[in-house]
Amino acid sequence: MARIYRRIMGWLDERFGAGSIEQFLRHKTVPVHRHTIWYYLGGMTLFLFIVQVLTGILLLLYYRPTADGAFESVQFIMTQVKFGWLIRSIHSWSANLMIFTAFLHMFSVYFLKAYRKPRELTWISGMLLFFIVLGFGFSGYLLPWNTLSFFATKVGTDMAGFMPVFGKWILVFLRGGKEVTGATLTRFFGFHVAVLPGLATLLLATHLLLVQRLGMSVPPSIEKKIEEGKETALSMPFFPNFLLRDIMGWYGALGVLGALAAIFPWELGTKANPFGSAPAGIRPEWYFLFMYQTLKYLPAKVLFINSELLGLLGFGLAGLVWVLVPFLDYKAGFGRLTRFFTGLGIFVIGFIVMMSWLAVR
Amino acid sequence: MVDSGHRESGAPDPGRRWVDLLLGTGLVATIIAFLYPAIRYVIPPPVTESADRSVVAAKVGEIKDNTAKVFRFGSEPAILIRTAEGQYRAFTAVCTHLGCTVQYRADLHEIWCPCHNGIYNLQGRNISGPPPRPLTEYTVHVQGDQIVVARNS
Repeated sequence: MARIYRRIMGWLDERFGAGSIEQFLRHKTVPVHRHTIWYYLGGMTLFLFIVQVLTGILLLLYYRPTADGAFESVQFIMTQVKFGWLIRSIHSWSANLMIFTAFLHMFSVYFLKAYRKPRELTWISGMLLFFIVLGFGFSGYLLPWNTLSFFATKVGTDMAGFMPVFGKWILVFLRGGKEVTGATLTRFFGFHVAVLPGLATLLLATHLLLVQRLGMSVPPSIEKKIEEGKETALSMPFFPNFLLRDIMGWYGALGVLGALAAIFPWELGTKANPFGSAPAGIRPEWYFLFMYQTLKYLPAKVLFINSELLGLLGFGLAGLVWVLVPFLDYKAGFGRLTRFFTGLGIFVIGFIVMMSWLAVR
Repeated sequence: MVDSGHRESGAPDPGRRWVDLLLGTGLVATIIAFLYPAIRYVIPPPVTESADRSVVAAKVGEIKDNTAKVFRFGSEPAILIRTAEGQYRAFTAVCTHLGCTVQYRADLHEIWCPCHNGIYNLQGRNISGPPPRPLTEYTVHVQGDQIVVARNS
C-alpha cells in the first residue's frame, strides 16, 4: 500500500509538484495543552456539514419544491421510500447539531482569543459561515411546507420588512411577492440548495486555507506560562495524529445521529394552509429563540421608533461588534489580557441562554 | 505522544496486526451499514400503475379523416388515427427505437417519429429508419358517441 501511494505521489509530483501540497498539509501541528479539546469543534462542525451535503443530495432525489407537492413529497419520503425517514431525520438532527457545534466553536474561539492578530480574517470568514449556517436553517425549515414552517417564514420575512430604506424591497425579494406563497417556497429552495451551498463552499475553503496557513492559535494564558517557563510547548502533527482523533469523534457523532434519528424521527406536522390561523404556542427554532424573546419584551414604540426596527438595529449592531471583535480587542494581539472582552462574551452567552430559557419556559 | 501507524522497518508486531484487523473490520462494517440504507433509498418505491385495459380515447366526430390524436393510456401515450378512408386505428405512441412519442403525418399517410426520422405504416409496421420493431396495436370500438381503445389480450 505504502509503495503504491509513494509511486502515485511521485508521479503526481513530477507533473505538478504535488509534494509541495503534501508539505503544506503536513506542516501544521496542533498544540497540546489543557484547552486542546476545543480544537475539535471546528472539525466536528465541518463533519456535520458534510453529513448535511450528503443527506441533502439524497433528499433532492424525491423532494418537489412547489406549494402543491412539497408536503406530499416529504410525506412520500417519510412513509414510502425505504429508509427515507432515516435520511430526513438525520438531515434535521444533523442540521441542529451543526448549529450547536458552530455556536460552541465560535464561543471557544472567542474565549481563547484565537481571533487575535494574525487570525482576524479567519474569525471574519468563520462569522460569515455562521450567518450562512443560520440562513441554511431558516430556508431549510420552510421546505416541508407545514403549518409551523409556513408561519415561521411569514414572521421571519415580515421582520426583514422593518429594515430601514430597503425593508420593503428585501421582503419582496425574499418572498418572491408580497405574501408567503409557493413562489417563496421555490425561492427558499433555490437559496437552500444552490446559493447558500455555493457561498458556503467558497467561505469554507477560505476558512480552512487560513487555518492551515496560520496554524492553531495557542491561548494567551498558555502562551504566558510557556514564556515564563512554567509549561513546555507540546504539539502533535495534524496529519495523521490529530486527524485520527478527529475521525474518532466523527465516528461517535455518526452513532449519536443514527440513534437520535431512530429514537426521535423528525416530525412532519400538518400541511400549511395559507388561509388558516397560526397555531397557539408557535415559536421559531431554538437558535432564533433569544432574538424572538427579546422582541417580545420591547414595547410597540420607543421614542417614535418602531420596536421591530429597534430590535433589528440592536441585533444588527451587536452582530457587527461581534464580527469586528478582533479589531476592537486589538490589544489581545500584543499578549495583553483584555478582561473586558471576556466579560462581554460571558454577558452574550448569559443573555442568549436566559432569553432562550424564558422563551421555552 | 502516541506514535501513529506502522513502523517503517522490521516485522509488524502481532498485537498491532490484531488491532489493524479489528479496526479494519469495524470500518468495513460501518461503511456497509451506511451504504445499505443509502442504496435502498435511491431505488424508487414502486408506483401503483393503473391497470385499466381500456380507455375512452375520443368522442365520435372529434377526429377528422386523415388526422390523429395522441392520448394517455395508463402511464404511456397512445395514438388514435382516423385514416383517409375513415377507419380508426390505435397504437402505442412510444417509438420502439428510443422511446420518443410518434405523430401522424397527414402528408405521408404514415406514422413518423421526429427524433430519428423513424417511419411506421398504418399497420404499425416499421418501414423506414432506425425503429427495430412494429408499434403495438390496440383494438378500437365505437360505443355510442365514445371511441374506446383497448389492449389486445
